[in-house]
Amino acid sequence: MTTVSRQQRPVPAGPAAASLAFAWRSLLKIKHVPEQLGDVIGIPVLFTLLFTYLFGGALAGSTHGYLQFLLPGTLALAVVFVTVYSGVTLNADLATGAFDRFRSMPVWRPAPIIGALIGDIGRYLLAAAIVIGLGLAMGYRPGGGAAGVLAATALVVLFASALSWAWITLGLLLRSPNAVMSIGFVILFPLTFMSNIFVDPATMPGWLRGISDVNPVSHLVTATRALLAGTATTAQVLWPVAAAAALIALFAPLAALLYRRK
Amino acid sequence: MTTATTSIIGDLAVETDGLVKTFGATRAVDGVNLAIPRGSVYGVLGPNGAGKTTTIRILATLLRPDGGSARVLGRDVVREAAAVRKLVSLTGQFASVDTDLTAEENLLLLGYLLGFSRRAARRRADELLAAFGLAGAARDQAARLSGGMRRKLDLAASIVVAPDLLFLDEPTTGLDPRSRSALWETVRGIVADGTTVLLTTQYLDEADKLADRIAVIDHGRVIAAGTRGELKASAGSVGIRIRLLDPAHRDRARDLIAGPQVVVGDEPDPAVISARVPAQQRPEAAGQLAAHALGLLAGAGIGVSDFALAQPSLDEVFLALTGQTAPEPPEQPEPPEPPEQPQSASAGAEAAR
Repeated sequence: MTTVSRQQRPVPAGPAAASLAFAWRSLLKIKHVPEQLGDVIGIPVLFTLLFTYLFGGALAGSTHGYLQFLLPGTLALAVVFVTVYSGVTLNADLATGAFDRFRSMPVWRPAPIIGALIGDIGRYLLAAAIVIGLGLAMGYRPGGGAAGVLAATALVVLFASALSWAWITLGLLLRSPNAVMSIGFVILFPLTFMSNIFVDPATMPGWLRGISDVNPVSHLVTATRALLAGTATTAQVLWPVAAAAALIALFAPLAALLYRRK
Repeated sequence: MTTATTSIIGDLAVETDGLVKTFGATRAVDGVNLAIPRGSVYGVLGPNGAGKTTTIRILATLLRPDGGSARVLGRDVVREAAAVRKLVSLTGQFASVDTDLTAEENLLLLGYLLGFSRRAARRRADELLAAFGLAGAARDQAARLSGGMRRKLDLAASIVVAPDLLFLDEPTTGLDPRSRSALWETVRGIVADGTTVLLTTQYLDEADKLADRIAVIDHGRVIAAGTRGELKASAGSVGIRIRLLDPAHRDRARDLIAGPQVVVGDEPDPAVISARVPAQQRPEAAGQLAAHALGLLAGAGIGVSDFALAQPSLDEVFLALTGQTAPEPPEQPEPPEPPEQPQSASAGAEAAR
C-alpha cells in the first residue's frame, strides 16, 4: 500500500463555491450522458412545429399568421414544461450513494440543489434558444429585435427557475422519480393550457376565462409577447416577476425544510 | 487492549447511548450502545437488517435518531452536526461516487467542495489515483469500472481530505476474494495514517482480519462487544487437538483426559483426539487444558507427536449469539471480474497522447 500523505485540512468551500462545484457536476453529467438532453431538445421542437401547423390554419387562417401570435406562448410553454425535470432529477439523485456522501460533507446544505438549479438554467436557455431559432426559421419576426428576444428569454427563464422550486419540493416529498413526473405533468397541463398561450381568452367560456386571467402563465405569456414585439409596459413585466418571487417565497423555504428533515 | 469506556470521553471516536431509530412499526435501531476508541478499526458485525446501516447513517448525520444520543469525536450528531461533518467521511453500502462522472472528476469535485484550489485539487486527485492503482482508469466513467475498482475509488474519495473517522458500510459486499484482500490492505493503510475506521460487515472473516474490536449487532441491539479474543472466549468453546505417536493408544488417552469439565472426542485421523472445554470459559482455559492433558499423557507413557490449541471461530461466536449462521463470503469470482486495470480505448488514447 502506498500511503497517501495526510492532508492539512483546508477550509471547506463557501456557499457560492460549493454551489458552483455542483453546477459543474451538472454540466459534466450532460457531457457524459448527453441523452438526458432529449427532453430539453424534443419538447421545444415538438411544441413549436406541432402547434403551429396543427392549429395555425384553423385558428388564424394561416400558419404564418398564427406563428406571430403563438411563438411567444410556445417559448413560455416549452421552457415551463422542461422545469419538471428539476424535481425528477433531484428525486433520483437523492437516492444515490453519492448524494449521501455530499450530505455528510462540511458544505452548505442547499448547495447540491442550488448547483443543480444553476445547471437547469442552462437547460432552460437551450430550450428557449431552440424555440426562438426554429421560430425564426419558420418565419417569426420579433418586432422588439435582439433586445426584445433577450429580455423575453430572461423573463421566461426567471419564471421557470422560480417554478423549479415547486418541482424540487415535489421531488423531496415523493418517493420515486416517476411519481414526480406524473404529478408534475398533471399540474403542468392545466397550468399551461388554461392560459392565453394558444387562443385569445375572449373566445373562452366565462369560467375558463376567469382562470386564464389569473393564471400566472398567462401573465408570463402576455409579457413575453410584449417584450418580443417591443411594446412591453412595466406593469406587464412586473406581473410575472411578482409571480416568480411568490413561487420562490413559497417553495424555496418549504424545500429547505423538507431537505433538512430528510 | 482494555479501554475504560466512560471515563475518558476525549479518547472515544464514537459514543452512543441508547440510540433508537424507528421506521413505522420497525425499530431498526433499538437502544444501541457503542464506545469506540480512536485509532483503530472497529467492526460492527451483524446479519442483514440488523440495524448496521441505520446506525452508520445516524452517526454520519444523515438520519436523526428518535431516541438516545450519539457523539462522534466528542460532538453531538444532532446539535453539532456541522462540526461532525468536518471530521468524518462516509463510504456507503453501494457506490458513493457519482457513477456518471469519471474517476478523476469525482475526486476533483470532492476536492473543490472540501476547499482545495483547482491546482491543489488536481494534485490531490492525481496523487490518490496513483496510490490506489486507478491512474489508468482516471478518465473512465465510474459506472464502467469493475466492482473492485469502484470500491477503491470510493475509498480514495473518502480520503481526499483524510478524515478523523471513516465510516465504511459493508465495503466488500459483492467483491471477489482478490479484490477483498486488496481493499483490506488499503483500509489498513488508511488506518496507519491515523484515521479511525468504523466498519460494518456481515462477513466474519472480514471482521476477524480487519477489526481490532467488534460489536455484534442483531435486531437493532448490540448483543456482544469486545476484542476478537474476548468475543471468542465469551461465546465459543476452547479446545486442543493432540496427535499420538501410536494410534493404538487412543482409547487409553481418551479415558485419561476425559473429566467433568472436559469433553473428549475422536477425530477422523485415527491418531488424533480432541478435547474441548464447553463455552463461557476464560481465554487461558485452552492453555490450562493442554498442560493438564499433556501431563496426564506423559505420566502414562503415551507419546505425543504434536498438539494444537484451537480457538473457537467467530462463526461459532456468531451462531451462539444470534442463533443463526453467518453468510459465507464469496468463494469464486463469478461472473469473472474484468481485469483490475482495464486499458479501455479512452484510457489508452489518453496514455498515447
